[in-house]
Amino acid sequence: MSGDVSNERMLELLLQMARIRTFEETIERLNREGRIPGFLHTSIGQEACAVGTCEALEGGDYVTSTHRGHGHCIAKGADLRATMCELYGKAAGQNGGRGGSMHVSDFGVNMLGANAIVGAGLGIALGAALSSKFHESGRISVAFFGEGASTNGAFHENLNLASSIGVPVLFVCENNGYAHEAPVQKILSVPNVADFHTGYGIPGHIVDGNDVLAVLEVMTEVAGMVRATGRPALVEAKTYRQRGHHGGDSGRHYRSADEIEAWLAKDPILRLSRRLIESGVEREAIDAVLADATREVEDAVDFAEAAPLPDPESALLEVYGGDSGE
Amino acid sequence: MIPVSREITFGEATLEAVREEMRRDDRVFAIGEDSGVRGGSFPIFRGIAEEFGDARLIGTPICEGATTNTALGAAMTGMRPIVGLHFADFMLRAMDEIGDQVARARYTFGGQCDVPMVIRAYDGVVNSAATQHSGAYEAIFAHFPGLKVVMPSTPADAKGLLKTAIRDDNPVIFLEHKRLLRTRGPVPDGEHLTPFGHAAVRRAGADVSIVGYGIMMSQALAAAERLAGDGIDAEVIDLRTLVPLDEDTVLASVARTGRLVVTHESWRRSGFGAEVAAVVAEKGFADLRAPVMRVAGEDVPVPFSPVLEQRVIPNAEGIVDAAKSACGHG
Repeated sequence: MSGDVSNERMLELLLQMARIRTFEETIERLNREGRIPGFLHTSIGQEACAVGTCEALEGGDYVTSTHRGHGHCIAKGADLRATMCELYGKAAGQNGGRGGSMHVSDFGVNMLGANAIVGAGLGIALGAALSSKFHESGRISVAFFGEGASTNGAFHENLNLASSIGVPVLFVCENNGYAHEAPVQKILSVPNVADFHTGYGIPGHIVDGNDVLAVLEVMTEVAGMVRATGRPALVEAKTYRQRGHHGGDSGRHYRSADEIEAWLAKDPILRLSRRLIESGVEREAIDAVLADATREVEDAVDFAEAAPLPDPESALLEVYGGDSGE
Repeated sequence: MIPVSREITFGEATLEAVREEMRRDDRVFAIGEDSGVRGGSFPIFRGIAEEFGDARLIGTPICEGATTNTALGAAMTGMRPIVGLHFADFMLRAMDEIGDQVARARYTFGGQCDVPMVIRAYDGVVNSAATQHSGAYEAIFAHFPGLKVVMPSTPADAKGLLKTAIRDDNPVIFLEHKRLLRTRGPVPDGEHLTPFGHAAVRRAGADVSIVGYGIMMSQALAAAERLAGDGIDAEVIDLRTLVPLDEDTVLASVARTGRLVVTHESWRRSGFGAEVAAVVAEKGFADLRAPVMRVAGEDVPVPFSPVLEQRVIPNAEGIVDAAKSACGHG
């Protein structure tokens, strides 16, 4: 099936992944330089999961994410300038600078937020799916989560609840090998997160999370089924966190250099680039896409650097809303 | 004055509120465990399934956390859920969801979404329910920015405040004392909404202000009658909503009486009474003629045996003693 994807489509996927990669490499640097405050959890190496999944969705579908959510936000179509402003803590960020990296969001594209509590996005995606069911909108929800969330009680509660009441949620586990420092083999009672699917009476799939074409193919099929049946499904994308848990963790104290090298060779952007060359696309065309991504991210940085900081008094706003707000 | 035509129970009044609001707005739905035909141990959604069907009464497994975050996700995307969590003690199973998610979603996302949802639970001491089914946790919820906290004391308020809660665009923690459920009282016919942030003066008086809410109102009024026999004219104020707090009514009362007794059934230490006392100390200190007194639950888990249980909860006698002490008759 993936052989059917046109070169133009593959270049679009490459651009999306390159946007995320460049965005995250850039914010890593800006964070080290003190331009961007707080903790950063990058998804470098995992871009194919976000892009392959979001490209399989329709515009109105909902997404919830994890503390590692920049990629999901960008893949869902969030504005790069606004997202960069949010990381800078600027007023023009989607959250007005209240959330930052761990809470990137864009409700304008139904990206309902990264979430800094492991497992919390599952229920929110479920609730959005319940809304879709009430409204008969045909929308589905995607809950991105890590293998670390699959060991949390929220995973069981939400998969059981979603299956028992019947709502269209696609649970997407990005298994990047490590829950903070703990290797997945040591924290999981079964070989694969997808193995849990039988316990909830829902379909389960495993996909190579570093192959964006494979992710797109599986997610297109599974998202279509979730939409058609109004019932949940579980997909595990096997991938690798190339960096440490966050900016302050090199990720090299608990992982061998050989392991990291082996996964770098399976880098999703590298693999898609090779595939494009094999399909007859000129190197220049690939470089042009990567240059486009760089330009867009540079533009976002320039915009965020120049953007005004929020009025400190705005810290006191948006605690309550509506007519009855205080 | 709205004409009063009937008396119903506190529990029936809440069901009227749910039914009326579900008829009025098809975005309102109910979700929680034991939500079937009988409706579980409490009148939380009793009879709702018969009128509105399964589509608007989502019966869940026992999973307070998932239920709460599911309601949040629905609220963020245009619905108006009413969550039933039964015993308030079970809310502790959903504390991440209530505290980290529900309370903060609007703020974290810079106001990109409203969070119109109500979380209902039954709290307080009744019938030897023992340590894990007798708790009242309003002080915890009042501590979280982003939540509103409501504790009605009468059937009329139960209905009027719940209707207001359902129409609010913010998350509302709606706590109903188990001993109030079968109490009867007049409830106005027709549309009846009770605004948030407006305390009720249940009894006017000149000598001492007794401020409380929920189950303690009946004890406070009984205490006021006994105090009247001793020549002390007590004012009784029902806060009705803790967040938002009607500071003006409390401060105006203390400005007249110069004495304050605060009462709640939940634990004294770091209880909501401390907040009321602090507000008066900050903004009405010059009016105080005596130390502020607190009449609250003992700082121990609520025990099982009836004699032990009664030992740890506050009552009218304790309020009388505190008021007399404040008035220099102690």
